[in-house]
Amino acid sequence: MENLSYTASELMCINAARLLRDGDVVFVGVGLPNLACNLARRTHAPNLQMIYEAGVIGARPARLPLSIGDPTLVSGASSVCSMYDIFTLYLQRGNVDVGFLGGAQIDRYANINATVIGDYAHPKVRLPGSGGSQEMAAWANRCYIMTPHQKRRFPEKVDFCTSAGFLSGRAEREAAGVRGGGPLMVVTNLGCMEPDETGELILTALHPGCTVEQVKENTGWPIKIATNLKTTEPVLESELNLLRNELDPEGIYLKG
Amino acid sequence: MSKLCTLSEAIAQYVHDGDTVYCAGFTHLIPFAAGHEIIRQKRRNLILARATPDLIYDQMVAAGCAKKLIFSYIGNPGVGSLRIVRNELEAGRLEWEEYSHFGMISRLQAGAAGLPFIPMNQTAATDLEKNNPNIRRVKDPYTGVEVITVPPLHPDVAIIHVQRADKNGNAHIWGIIGEQKEVAFAAKHVIITAEEIVDESVIRSAPNRTLIPELIVSAVCHVPHCAHPSYTQGYYDRDNAFYLNWDKISEDPAKVQAWLDEWVYGVKDAAEYWQKLGPETHQRLQVHPRPAAAVDYGEY
Repeated sequence: MENLSYTASELMCINAARLLRDGDVVFVGVGLPNLACNLARRTHAPNLQMIYEAGVIGARPARLPLSIGDPTLVSGASSVCSMYDIFTLYLQRGNVDVGFLGGAQIDRYANINATVIGDYAHPKVRLPGSGGSQEMAAWANRCYIMTPHQKRRFPEKVDFCTSAGFLSGRAEREAAGVRGGGPLMVVTNLGCMEPDETGELILTALHPGCTVEQVKENTGWPIKIATNLKTTEPVLESELNLLRNELDPEGIYLKG
Repeated sequence: MSKLCTLSEAIAQYVHDGDTVYCAGFTHLIPFAAGHEIIRQKRRNLILARATPDLIYDQMVAAGCAKKLIFSYIGNPGVGSLRIVRNELEAGRLEWEEYSHFGMISRLQAGAAGLPFIPMNQTAATDLEKNNPNIRRVKDPYTGVEVITVPPLHPDVAIIHVQRADKNGNAHIWGIIGEQKEVAFAAKHVIITAEEIVDESVIRSAPNRTLIPELIVSAVCHVPHCAHPSYTQGYYDRDNAFYLNWDKISEDPAKVQAWLDEWVYGVKDAAEYWQKLGPETHQRLQVHPRPAAAVDYGEY
């Protein structure tokens, strides 16, 4: 088989798309999650329902959305509602299957920091904050995280817990009584991490050509390796063609 | 009763130093022209509330209008960092009060509904709660389970841009309707800015589309293109080039001041600002029509 070349973003996007099931209701963010959802809808999940925190349900974007509230999300959508409705009727009520999350830091127990580096009251680096992330991480049935594999992004413990993964372990999340299952997988440019029975992220798959050593070097805690470590399915030319020629032809999100 | 007035008159009458101001609109219908008028009228010590401060509050903070920000996500949407707000927060020069989107929107819902507080389910993420004394817990009297609560937000003034309104303030909005209705009912005064002022009969032909009724509106201003560089669904597109350009301008305080001098202090109102943008920009932001199917309310 010939070797395809692709960017880290393309690799993550294609692997994230494969996590979606036909008929899933997905709470979509702009950028890579949006591309992953549209790729899934154009391949194995034609009945994917895309909903956006701005209050758009069943979006069918005709062009690449450039913000979370792009007008192309509305034209041709099945419904539009207020943000209060989206967060209550849809998310809090339990009508969302999948949420995509991201952040500056993801820790050993998949907790997410999108708020601050350093002390909250005296921020060293002030990040955007929660937006819809705090509730999505709690209440979506399944959450997925997509982020490049770098040591500074994967510290032992987040500086600030914007959105709950498994806190200090699964028992603590369960004690809080939140309805969602929490992060099920972290997709990086090196492979995939999944929570074990305690909620700790362990390496469960490598992308073709990537190594355990690379993952260890780029993770901020001594990461455990699954005994049945897998290799992800190779990227298909058809997936790359859809991304490059139709979904993000200018390479706005896929260049890096 | 007609509440028509100029935007300049509405800001002079309803926005005062020290007020809590909410310029509504989640990415869509952001009333930039009103923000610019507040800058021109040199309001100070405002508490600026918005789920997403966006460029409008970056500009107002840069112009020295704000002492505090209430928000749930600070970013240049689709571009990156909201540089001026971020710098001011990191430097400790701007007070802030922070929520998740749901917490922020719940404050508006409580305000709009006349409630003393509003409950939300737990999220298991407690760091924001530890840092914001407005986020509290109360025991559900039915199950005994703890729920999270936030108090109502009652802005002194809400500024809401709409596609069309009549002179009394009945306003039609379509497209993303983020938090406009909740903000309008929560606020003490509402200023409506509209792409078009239409006859009352147009409003009454489609009453389900009236998101904001005249009875809570204080002023109605005819301000076409008020939302640039954000957008008005069906009227003009978002000026994404400007959002990208602001990322460069906002890196340098001198460039920001030059921009404010040219585009805010240097123009008298929204009409002059739009003219100054020029025909190339006007054409670039044009939208092809895609009308909805008509509905029949019936003659009764």
